[in-house]
Amino acid sequence: MRKIFSAIVLIAVLCSCAFADDDVIKIGVYNCLTGQNAFGGQLELEGTQLAHSLMPEILGKKIQLVIVDNKSDKVEAANAVTRLIENDKVCAIIGTYGSSLAMAGGEVAEKAGIPVIGTSCTNPLVTLGKKYYFRVCFIDPYQGAGAATYSFRNLNFKRAAMLIDVANDYSVGLGNFFKTAFEKMGGEIVAELKYNSGDQDFTAQLTELISKNPDIVFLPAYFAEGAIVLKQANELGAEFRFIGADAMDNPEIVTLGGDAVEGFLHTTFAYDPSMKDMNPVAAKFTEEWNKLNPGKAPNANVAVGYDCYVMLKDAIERAGSFEPEKIRDALEQTKDLPTVTGITTINVTHDAEKDMGIVEIRDGKKVFIGTVKPEM
Amino acid sequence: MTLNIFVQHFVNALSLGSLYGLISIGYTMVYGILRLINFAHGDIFMLGAYFVYFATIFYQLNWFIGVVIAVGATVICGLLVDRIAYRPLRQAPRISALISAIGVSFFIENFAVVVFTGMPRPVVQPRILMKPIILPNKVRLIPLGILVPVVAFILVAALLWLLYKTKPGLAMRAISFDIETTRMLGVNVNKIIALAFGLGSALAAVAGILWALRYPRVEPFMGMTPGIKAFIAAVFGGIGSVPGAMIGGIILGFVEIMSVAFFPTLSGYKDAFAFFLLIVILLIRPTGLLGEKLEDKI
Repeated sequence: MRKIFSAIVLIAVLCSCAFADDDVIKIGVYNCLTGQNAFGGQLELEGTQLAHSLMPEILGKKIQLVIVDNKSDKVEAANAVTRLIENDKVCAIIGTYGSSLAMAGGEVAEKAGIPVIGTSCTNPLVTLGKKYYFRVCFIDPYQGAGAATYSFRNLNFKRAAMLIDVANDYSVGLGNFFKTAFEKMGGEIVAELKYNSGDQDFTAQLTELISKNPDIVFLPAYFAEGAIVLKQANELGAEFRFIGADAMDNPEIVTLGGDAVEGFLHTTFAYDPSMKDMNPVAAKFTEEWNKLNPGKAPNANVAVGYDCYVMLKDAIERAGSFEPEKIRDALEQTKDLPTVTGITTINVTHDAEKDMGIVEIRDGKKVFIGTVKPEM
Repeated sequence: MTLNIFVQHFVNALSLGSLYGLISIGYTMVYGILRLINFAHGDIFMLGAYFVYFATIFYQLNWFIGVVIAVGATVICGLLVDRIAYRPLRQAPRISALISAIGVSFFIENFAVVVFTGMPRPVVQPRILMKPIILPNKVRLIPLGILVPVVAFILVAALLWLLYKTKPGLAMRAISFDIETTRMLGVNVNKIIALAFGLGSALAAVAGILWALRYPRVEPFMGMTPGIKAFIAAVFGGIGSVPGAMIGGIILGFVEIMSVAFFPTLSGYKDAFAFFLLIVILLIRPTGLLGEKLEDKI
């Protein structure tokens, strides 16, 4: 019995060795395919898979994607990365949606020295102090600079105000970036009002804002609160405009806010299937996606999933090697790389600096009105 | 600050304050009678808002009918909470009923998350209540902003009439004085307590509906913050006193709005201001503004 068993084991080992032949290179993908973030994770995976199917070879070698589900759970995310590194011996990893998941996975990759490219984990902490974690998206606060640039340069507004949720890192971070960028360009912040998460009455702050007469108010809020702010501003007869960030990117703001949301602007990834003058990478991506998925428009999640693969391919080609250490060094040098979501440059903190998209709500619908290059 | 801005703040504060006041009356009534802090009150308030949402948006009923149904359904929920979670504990130590109340609160919130989902839902505001009236100096009033304090004051007046001019009101006051003696005198204590819960829940429902109209969205945790604020307003005004609760609510509303109005750069400290004032008032008057003397309680 024992002999048979060892024979099986031996065969299994031989098989797995045969699999790991030198011509196939493994790249790991961990993302949330089930659980509460499955919606975003699935789309990102589809993007990565699309990129892989279009570019199945790098440096003349066949690439195999090893896909692991992190189940939208921090512990599972760490396990997934461990599995990819120890069992599958991948040379680099792509993932994931959800900053907290990326942080859990990042710890493991950091110890093993395997480079990871994050898809849409936008919290600054994901790459902070990490040698091996990169991301293809911009960090949250960077959107503050984007909103400031758009308000000042494109809309020509010189007087801005802010309404910040002091109990929320995201909101505070974006607010700081907005203020710095707007003042640096020569604009004036005429009022800085605050509220706490969970507040439902904003009439006092809004009345105060109205009395200061700004051109535009920066509102880095979550959609549920943001919609109520817009509604109350409308009731109070506010004449200024509002600009927000991606936390307002939810179709529910129109359901919640109705007419009051008309003309609201927010930043987002610089990709939308309806955008004009796409770069060649984006055009190709859109075309291929539409061929495969007729009737289902691609969105920003699919695009960042795709971009991770593009960025990794670029780094491997520049490194001329599949050694994790060399890939890491090459990733750090990524500069002016055309990707679906704009021209990408990796900065010192391993975050992508790229164009940002601006969306306006018109007739209850999101309309992609253009891109902006944030000035810091 | 110019006069028109001040008037605008004043109107906002009155509207917010009277909403706090309406909710806090429910706390104060139950506390006055049973010495029980009904922590589930904020969640009953949330249910009221959800019922009106379902009646008017889901089933497309007329607003007036929707409100009547919502108040009725909320009262039934309030009575059930009393019957299931509080009545069996009437003879138990007070802390047990308090813990039971906290349990009910968590139960209702999480039950609502499962049944209604956590997604905030929009509430339709009747157009007639939203058409702004522009006063001189560009002060804007929406009819809803006037409706809220008016409804609140009418309800307080009705409640005071009930407490001081009717038999059940007399029984309620008697129970709050001495529950055992009242029972011996032939009053059906459970019925009267149920009446108090029913009234409290009806007030919570009205407040929930007005709140949902003013801040037009409903979600399962919408009762948490207003519930706590209203509880504070009740303590502030002297818990057990109906006019005290109303006054407490209005003062709280004014402190919140005016702290932002006068110190806009410190608007993040809005709640800190409100609670600081609460501590100061309680240090000076431990039983609250209109609270009864300490010796005849406890």
